Amino acid sequence: MMKRKKMPSSGKSVRIIFLGLLSLAVLIVGLLHGKDLVLFNPKGQIAQNQAHLMLFSITVLVAVAIPTLSLMYFFAWKYRESNSKAKHDPNRTLGKLSVVGLWVIPIMVLILLASVVLPATYRLDPHKAIVSDTKPLTIQVIALRWKWLFIYPDQNIATVNYLQIPINTPVQFELTADEAPMNSFWIPHLGGQLYAMTGHSNLLNLIADTPGIYAGQAAEINGPGFSGMKFVARASSDKDFNTWVKTVKWSSNTLDLAEYNKLVLPSQNNPVTLYSAVKPSIYDTVLLKYEGAHNHQTEQK
Amino acid sequence: MRELLVGNLTWESLPHEWSTIGGTLTFILLGIFAVIVITRMKRWKWLWNDWLTSVDPKKIGIMYFIVATFMLLRGGLDVIMIWLQQSLSAGTSHGFLSADHFQQIFTAHGNIMVFFVAMGFIFGLINFIVPLQIGARDLASPFLNTLGFWLYVAGVIMVNTFFLFGGKYAATGWLGIAPLSGTQFSPGVGVDYMIWALQISGIGTTLGAINFIVTILKMRAPGMKLRMMPLFTWGSLCSMVMAVTVFPLLTATLFLLFFDRYIGTHFFTTTLGGNAMMYTNLIWMWGHPEVYILMLPAFGIFSEVVSTYSRKSIASYWSAVFGMIGVSFFALSVWLHHFFTMGAGGDVNAFFGLMTMVIAIPTSVLVFNWIATMYRGRIKFSTPMLWFLGFVGTFAIGGMTGVMLAQPPADFQLHNSLFLVAHFHTMVIGGVIWGIFAGISYWFPKMTGFRLNERIGRYAFWCWLVGFWMAFGPLYVLGLMGATRRLDHYDNLNWQPFFVVALFGGILIAIAVGLQLVQIAASFIQKRQLADNTGDPWDGRSLEWSTPSPAPFYNFVNIPKVTSRDAFLQMKNQGIPKPVYKDITMPKTISLGIYIAGLAFLLGFGFIWEITWLIVVSAIGIVVCIVLRTFDEETEYIISAAELEKMEKARTQKLLARLRHDDTYKDEDMGLREFYKSVLTWSQDFVKNKRWKTF
Amino acid sequence: MSKPMNHEESVYDRTMFGFWVYLMTDLLMFAVLFAVYAVLNNSTAGGPTGRELFSPTAALTGTLLLLTSSFTCGLAMIAVRKGNKNQVLFWLTTTYIFGLAFLSLELIEFTKLIHEGHAPSSNAFMSSFFILVGTHGLHILIGLLWMVIIMAYVVSRGLTSNMMRKLALLSMYWHFLDIVWVFIFTIVYLRAFV
Repeated sequence: MMKRKKMPSSGKSVRIIFLGLLSLAVLIVGLLHGKDLVLFNPKGQIAQNQAHLMLFSITVLVAVAIPTLSLMYFFAWKYRESNSKAKHDPNRTLGKLSVVGLWVIPIMVLILLASVVLPATYRLDPHKAIVSDTKPLTIQVIALRWKWLFIYPDQNIATVNYLQIPINTPVQFELTADEAPMNSFWIPHLGGQLYAMTGHSNLLNLIADTPGIYAGQAAEINGPGFSGMKFVARASSDKDFNTWVKTVKWSSNTLDLAEYNKLVLPSQNNPVTLYSAVKPSIYDTVLLKYEGAHNHQTEQK
Repeated sequence: MRELLVGNLTWESLPHEWSTIGGTLTFILLGIFAVIVITRMKRWKWLWNDWLTSVDPKKIGIMYFIVATFMLLRGGLDVIMIWLQQSLSAGTSHGFLSADHFQQIFTAHGNIMVFFVAMGFIFGLINFIVPLQIGARDLASPFLNTLGFWLYVAGVIMVNTFFLFGGKYAATGWLGIAPLSGTQFSPGVGVDYMIWALQISGIGTTLGAINFIVTILKMRAPGMKLRMMPLFTWGSLCSMVMAVTVFPLLTATLFLLFFDRYIGTHFFTTTLGGNAMMYTNLIWMWGHPEVYILMLPAFGIFSEVVSTYSRKSIASYWSAVFGMIGVSFFALSVWLHHFFTMGAGGDVNAFFGLMTMVIAIPTSVLVFNWIATMYRGRIKFSTPMLWFLGFVGTFAIGGMTGVMLAQPPADFQLHNSLFLVAHFHTMVIGGVIWGIFAGISYWFPKMTGFRLNERIGRYAFWCWLVGFWMAFGPLYVLGLMGATRRLDHYDNLNWQPFFVVALFGGILIAIAVGLQLVQIAASFIQKRQLADNTGDPWDGRSLEWSTPSPAPFYNFVNIPKVTSRDAFLQMKNQGIPKPVYKDITMPKTISLGIYIAGLAFLLGFGFIWEITWLIVVSAIGIVVCIVLRTFDEETEYIISAAELEKMEKARTQKLLARLRHDDTYKDEDMGLREFYKSVLTWSQDFVKNKRWKTF
Repeated sequence: MSKPMNHEESVYDRTMFGFWVYLMTDLLMFAVLFAVYAVLNNSTAGGPTGRELFSPTAALTGTLLLLTSSFTCGLAMIAVRKGNKNQVLFWLTTTYIFGLAFLSLELIEFTKLIHEGHAPSSNAFMSSFFILVGTHGLHILIGLLWMVIIMAYVVSRGLTSNMMRKLALLSMYWHFLDIVWVFIFTIVYLRAFV
């Protein structure tokens, strides 16, 4: 191979990249100032448990990644070809013990993670009822194109794109859809999402512990009205909740079959609508429109 | 009458919106330009005989690269529109794209990047390098190879044909999840284009995968046992075994969706018993292994790059091999992690969550293995090594976010958020794409006879690394802020600054890609200075480095006899045997691959627009072509020993002449300023001397 | 890899192996169709089930026809190894006739069902039935076409080693389809009546 003049040192490259990435990190952290990092700002028990789980795995993973990557970049620096002091062992391969170590370390990390994650998966199964002294509130959710219909069967009221719940009360959301593609019901502050699909009733258990107004969003692409399919979830005190229910009962709108069929027609960016009365069992009627409709573990575990 | 002739095509199907007119015009103008240049240079015959009908895997590999690069730019344009829209469309502003158009753009972006960019580059690399590494002259079936390539091209054309006919692409996301992709919610031809583009190229992939498996298992050089194969070949073998296992699933699923749309069956509809959840299961049973199909060859590339540029053998060959096999095996058992939120319950979610985390084990082993390889190496920071260093950090972070997503309760909060989008782009860009870049820079001298410009390569690498994190770092944060993916508009103005940072990251990536194109051009300009005169520019260990650069079309004068791993290193230590000239048999060129692929395109087009005569004629045509090919007995020709000796001696003469005349040798790779000056000088000369006349 | 093979042997070896791999991909495609059938075979939307629609005699007759054709195909391959061109053509023709009879019976069954209003678009069960059985039928049709063409070439070129290799592939394909049919017969027809 012909001799070439040495390329300009790659040390400069590394320094520039490092500076660039550092400034980027600073920029992003700076932009975060004063903003709500929703997934780590839980407003209910479920979201809190999910946040803790994420923090646990981040900790374990970072604890493994930092030494590994540091070692690698250290080797890259120490064994660079311009460092004549470093030993060079061109045909050295790992001994049996090291190979075992190579495999055992990741296996142990996995066992650690799995020991926490697997029980958590069962505990945080969305179908699982939340243990509480308070009687749960049922809200039946029908995903339509492109709005959310919320039915309160016990209170005999219904709303579009707005729901209100009392704090410290388990809420059982029964999710389905009508004349719509697959949807996903998500209130990030209160907990994870769950799919709302035609012909299925999916059960999602959530609970709020802080009063507030929380954003809700459809989280599965479902057509042109997708980004407008948002709703507001408000958690309030028990007293405020009851007052709100009474207010809804003053609405002149009622959700009879004719009104429901109008709602089923495609529309986007629907305004909040309140219904003072609901056709009984309308949720089950909708569900059974679909052949082979069934519930996803509506029974309490 | 019109229906009989052109099915459902009407005048409205032709372009009449700014985007479709623009897209169509671009392709037409590019096509016209290409035709003019080739005609003026009188290169049609050469193009047809030397390239398009060639069955030389090296030529097919280069053609894959060219098409994939073209689609990279096409898909990149999609992304720029996405970045722009998402930076602008906040609060009261709604950007410049309608919701439907935006959804078509990211759907096309996904299909193009996975099927036509990543798969294209990977197939190109495997085609070029694997036969050289195993000591073979060609693949097991030259016909399937060219057919596979042209079916891929047919898919590329199909995914762009909607510009001219129909005006709309699918707006369902890249996998066309049901029931959104059924006729109830996606009437019109958009989804049909997606189905046929993926179906045609998918069949090409399956045929290619069969071909590679037979080649690797049956055509290795005598004495080369499996435990002596280079790691890129191992990665390719694992990848192709997975491909052969899961692409049939895609073929079947796409046909079922097609039947739903075409003859009204009820596989995935909402009524009359259809089961949309089944589509999600089937498509992800293909979809997840697909991303590992892309990743395994990249793992192989990195293993070779680390070893070569650390001037050290891989720390544990068996850990590398079983790591790759382990990843492939487990990749087939994790698909449900893409829809934990469908509500399958604790048992099912726990199983798939566990399996997904288990994949991290062989993957970590691979990473530790590379680190151990660097220990007591003597590391040279050529561009491929830089890509490796960028890859490990990036991929590690992406992998960690993957482990987070693998945990069902966490996934309930992260699914379909921008956190997910950032994760998979980290894996595919940081892993697959940078692996491809490393592979191409590493093997470029073998392909062309000269290495790539290192200086500009470095600039491109910096821009990619910083640009990537600038584009996707904010997306991780946005996901944690509860931002859903695929939104064409959002109300929360707190999200906007992050999208804007991402847009600038995207601009940096665009600059990086531009620099890579400049790098290739600059390398061509300086090809004499950058020439690889020995065939072994990096002191390599595997057989491909034993051939001259560029490798001759017959690869080896004599197929080497292999006695150990690192076969070429062994040859260098024991003495390279002198060539013995014997007759060799080579395959002839094949045009039927192009014809079959063209007919396959017409068949798909006929189905999309329900043009019955076109369907029938194309189907018959395909059968006729297949029969003609399979019963053709004159498919090979012989190069006599004398001809072989003549070609080899001529090459040696040329090389010696080149070495003698290299007194204008400059030993520095040109930088951007020199490149600009070169181009300026050439353009001024072109204009002043009216060189377009002498084309 | 004991004794190195000569060029012709290695081509044969590679072709057989490659075709096996292809058959496995085809099998996986059928596996999807079987899985889909298993999920959807009760989704009749109130319509008739398999028990009410399928004719056990027709299914059994078809099975016997196909199994016989597989047997005669085996006889054709024995003739190939003996190098007896006329016997090869005779047994292949017989195979073709039985295969054609099978396919005709299937087409008659399909047409009858559709005329009675039980089409693939009627409900999910019908969709999965027609597509599973129909895909197999399409493969049989391709096999029959292949048989005719290869017989024509054997007539014109004789029983060369190339032809013998191609006949071996056809025979693999035909037996494969027979095995798939056994599964279809069991899972679709037998299960409907048990």
